[in-house]
Amino acid sequence: MKAMVQNIAQLSQRVGHDVKFMEVCGTHTMATFRSGLRQLLPVSVRLVSGPGCPVCVTDPSYLDAAIELCGRPNIIIATFGDLVRVPGTDTSLEQERAAGANVRIVYSPNDALMLARESPSKKVVFLGVGFETTAPTIAWAIWRAARDDVQNFSVLCAHKTMPQAMDALLRDKELKIDGFLCPGHVSVITGAHIYRFICERYRIPCVVSGFESWDILKSIELLLRQLAEGRAEVENEYSRSVNERGNEAAQRLMAEVFEPCDTVWRGIGIIPGSGLAIRDKYACFDATKALGVTFPEAHVNPLCRCGSVLRGAASPPDCRLFGHPCSPTHPIGPCMVSGEGVCAAYYKYEGVAA
Amino acid sequence: MRRDRILLAHGGGGSVTRELIDKLFLVRLENPLLKPLDDSAVLVMGGKRHAFTTDSYVVKPYIFPGGDIGKLAVCGTINDLAVMGARPLWMSLSFILEEGLLIADLQRIVESIGATAAEAGVQIVTGDTKVVECGKCEGLYVNTAGLGEIVTTNSLGASNVKPGDTVIINGPIGEHGVAVMSQREGIAFQTNVVSDCAPLWSLVKAILDTGAEVHAMRDPTRGGVAAAVCDIARASNVGIRLHEDALPIGREVRGACDLLGFDPLTIANEGKVLVFCRAADTASVLAAMRENPLGKHACVIGEVSEQPPGTVTLRTTIGGERIIDMPTGEDLPRIC
Repeated sequence: MKAMVQNIAQLSQRVGHDVKFMEVCGTHTMATFRSGLRQLLPVSVRLVSGPGCPVCVTDPSYLDAAIELCGRPNIIIATFGDLVRVPGTDTSLEQERAAGANVRIVYSPNDALMLARESPSKKVVFLGVGFETTAPTIAWAIWRAARDDVQNFSVLCAHKTMPQAMDALLRDKELKIDGFLCPGHVSVITGAHIYRFICERYRIPCVVSGFESWDILKSIELLLRQLAEGRAEVENEYSRSVNERGNEAAQRLMAEVFEPCDTVWRGIGIIPGSGLAIRDKYACFDATKALGVTFPEAHVNPLCRCGSVLRGAASPPDCRLFGHPCSPTHPIGPCMVSGEGVCAAYYKYEGVAA
Repeated sequence: MRRDRILLAHGGGGSVTRELIDKLFLVRLENPLLKPLDDSAVLVMGGKRHAFTTDSYVVKPYIFPGGDIGKLAVCGTINDLAVMGARPLWMSLSFILEEGLLIADLQRIVESIGATAAEAGVQIVTGDTKVVECGKCEGLYVNTAGLGEIVTTNSLGASNVKPGDTVIINGPIGEHGVAVMSQREGIAFQTNVVSDCAPLWSLVKAILDTGAEVHAMRDPTRGGVAAAVCDIARASNVGIRLHEDALPIGREVRGACDLLGFDPLTIANEGKVLVFCRAADTASVLAAMRENPLGKHACVIGEVSEQPPGTVTLRTTIGGERIIDMPTGEDLPRIC
């Protein structure tokens, strides 16, 4: 570990200027804070967090739609835990559950499908947010529901795909990213090849990284070495789990159930082709169509800077709400709620004064 | 945003619980005996100091690997007395039973209450039984109170920790929480982890008998070690630094936490005690603990300093440093 830190220091001198690397994935963000890794880096190497926390990039109008849905009779909302505390315009799923709404935390879309089978008189709606990592499991649940004709199961789908978001960030001239730590879990499904366009089109190095401290340090070292040697390639540090082509069975399942669509990312806006919509063939499992869900325009606290934080354009302490009044106990923006949110990481591990 | 109802997080033992206590309970009920918010109140009766505590148990499922709600209720009550330096003497026991509960299950639970009480030398001296309609509680809930006699001249309390103190724990953390979670509907997973649920008085007595200058003890239940040390750092206005590589965490607990995205420091324990003692007494306290079966794996996990006041930090394995914050408490409802 010490040797890696020394290599990083030497390489950063060879590079000769300040560099900004983006860790795209929320799990990387949490890992760098939990291990205290950021303090071991030379001042010239800065890590910024990207839009890789699924809850954080979900548009508030989606939450308002889910909240509206949970107030209807005979609806059970099934969701991953992180989403229940995120504030919508007036309230959260957690508050609505306390007031009597049927909101269940599940650990996989399959649990939601089982819940639908066990509750034939109710309609179970799974809140599908996330990236390529969770999308195959949701595709599988929809495919299974179709095969077994489970008519009371549907998905409110806000799935997103990562490469298009990285592309959108690179078009943003304000950001100036010198390298990407690419998300390990996403890459298990997609394969490392999906980042190649970043190197070819923008001449920016990419390293697919694992989640242990030494994985992340090694990946930073690889990025610096590429910069020092004037290369821009996709390197795979996480080769124990990720290969070039990814999990092709999962990709086929996703292609069977989903098709690309334009979608809104909180803080970034609409990114063409960056969403996954449920294909017409499976329309009866699409909550927007089966239950007539609409997405009214949401109102969020105008001082909340989650949007800029998600683009790596601001850090949490730049936000006037950070710490007071926005805290994990009383979150205002999604980045303070999620276990992978950047604001939560700053608050928990660096403190309010940091 | 509206915040007009009780949430599961209000029962999580973290910052949300603390806010409820401060803003709703204390402002209406405060008195000098309640105010310290220690594990027990300290009452002076007939010239002797006594510790008095109460607790409710709603754990789901009510029978789990390593114990059941009955054993948990006795251990939890005894441990809240023990960490105040009190020999547990008497307990009350109230049941809220659900219509339809199997009498065989109740019998098993009462037997484990009897056995644990006998082991710890505490008598159940009063009780109550209520039954609610099917569906109004899940199986049974248990409420207890406990009374013990304080047998140490040390003044133990969350606000008495001093800079220079050593932080000791009696063994691996997170086992109770992981054992209960492994049985949960929806997240059930295969594990050999069993709850550490145990009555700690014999261990605490061994520590006190060394004559060491102990300033505080805590059983890190809901909210785990993180909530307990944060509470103490704040109450004593000291800085506490823990060392990641010194934290005893079993392989299976670590694996389960990685899988589910939990920090082992925030997972509940029911047979652990954190001891804050003068540095010079560390060796004698450790030796006494290690002679007791409940303290075989006792170790030093950190130390107390003046700076930064009210804050807990963790020296990480790779040499970084980060803050340990009070968990908010929504992660794991109904773990005890």
